Amino acid sequence: MIWDLHCHFGALAGNTPDLKMEKLVRFADRMGIERLCIYMGHPFLNEPTPAQLRDQNDQVLQALRHWSHRAFGFVYLSPQHVEASLAEFDRCVRNGPMVGVKLWVAKRASARELDPIVEAAGSMKAIVFQHTWHKTGGNLPGESEPTDVAELAARHPKAPIICGHTGGEWETGIRAIRHLPNVSADLAGSDPCNGFVEMAVRELGAARVIYGSDASGRSFASQLGKVMGADISEADRKLILGENLRRMMMPILERKGIRL
Amino acid sequence: MIDVSVSVGPWPFRCFPGDKPADLVARLKRRGVKQAWAGTFEGIFHRDTSAANARLARACATAGAGFLLPFGSVNPAAPGWKEDLRRCHEVHRMPGIRLHPNYHGYTLADTAFTELLRAARERKLIVQLALNVEDERTQHPLMRIPPLDPSPLGHAVATVPDVKLVLLNRMRAPAGEALAALARTGIYFDFAMTEGVGGVGELMKQVTPQRLLLGSHSPFQYFDGALLKMKESAITGDDAAAILMGNAQRLLR
Ligand SMILES: [Zn+2]
Repeated sequence: MIWDLHCHFGALAGNTPDLKMEKLVRFADRMGIERLCIYMGHPFLNEPTPAQLRDQNDQVLQALRHWSHRAFGFVYLSPQHVEASLAEFDRCVRNGPMVGVKLWVAKRASARELDPIVEAAGSMKAIVFQHTWHKTGGNLPGESEPTDVAELAARHPKAPIICGHTGGEWETGIRAIRHLPNVSADLAGSDPCNGFVEMAVRELGAARVIYGSDASGRSFASQLGKVMGADISEADRKLILGENLRRMMMPILERKGIRL
Repeated sequence: MIDVSVSVGPWPFRCFPGDKPADLVARLKRRGVKQAWAGTFEGIFHRDTSAANARLARACATAGAGFLLPFGSVNPAAPGWKEDLRRCHEVHRMPGIRLHPNYHGYTLADTAFTELLRAARERKLIVQLALNVEDERTQHPLMRIPPLDPSPLGHAVATVPDVKLVLLNRMRAPAGEALAALARTGIYFDFAMTEGVGGVGELMKQVTPQRLLLGSHSPFQYFDGALLKMKESAITGDDAAAILMGNAQRLLR
């Protein structure tokens, strides 16, 4: 069973979100990927306004209307607009079909503005996915480091938080989150550097490591290759490829009556 | 299957699982690879490339005679490179060399580069040109190496036509018409760092199946993504046979 934690359909060709999704699913089918977590629309917006957030999430909602049997939606929120984000959370998660929260580069995850967003997610047992990078040339002003996620996670020890990309430069990323049992590592969206998965399993335990691709910008194949090529047990591989994500999602899926 | 892009030797900033030559050979064989073209990480970083190439040749002979084909490092910006080239060819009997201009401090517009291409052509050596080794964003802060600018390459190959040239680790550039034009000159490409869903299929359309080679960039990268990319782009039949084996065999002739 393969579930992909980290996908975007926005950049694919097609006039509508569902046509773009059709393309993404066709490639996923070739790789044996059953379910895709999708978030954000077209174009990518670093600092979306409240209206732009709604539009981005509307694109995901439209994609889900046709693809709810293959995809899970995460609502795109911005700590620059807390009130609007909480309203979007209610519209898309509490009263809508989405099951997680996506936070990108508008504000660093250590900022206090994230607290009400994480609390809202906690009230619905929704997963919080926070993008992080640790770029040698420096991050964007609002772009989180894994250490920012560590600060957030320490304030919310019960919230299931995912450290997106595990910092890209994963050796530093893994070290930043390893003392926090509520933080999981997203394997997506970096070059398939040999040793990433082995170090993540060694330092975090396989239960905290989750396969994701960051398709369509990344190839499903290059990112799956990290897990398929890693020197780990078959049991750990299964956890990483899908079982961990399913376990994390079961509470909200059950609560929403989403049947698999 | 022939993997045209593997490396032996230590990488300065981490140990890769399975980076000992014998281990690398075992892993590649387990995945169905019949031959791999091996460069040397030492050749990127050491000034004494002569010794690095000798160790590469020995490692290939010891760990994988007939399986690992050594591709030595030559740096045309350093004095004595012609002797390195001669040893790669005459002493170590290497089928080709691997270049890392952005690590060695020259550009593709430098006359030393075209001079090296000409010398390699005379010896009928394959020239592998690495555009990247690692994403800039994850490089060690004390050693930041921007991607190689491929734009002077068209002019260089026009000056030295019929050189057997393979571009390794292309990321975003060259692209579009520049990419197609290079392919028409007879240059080959691997897809170790090709990204995007169906990315290899797209690259194949641009450069034609006859110009594409299987390259994994292992052990720096996991090997497994390379074959999964073929599957993702549903490349089968004659195209797959050319990419996985036939094109590389043609280059070796
Ligand atoms: Zn992403």
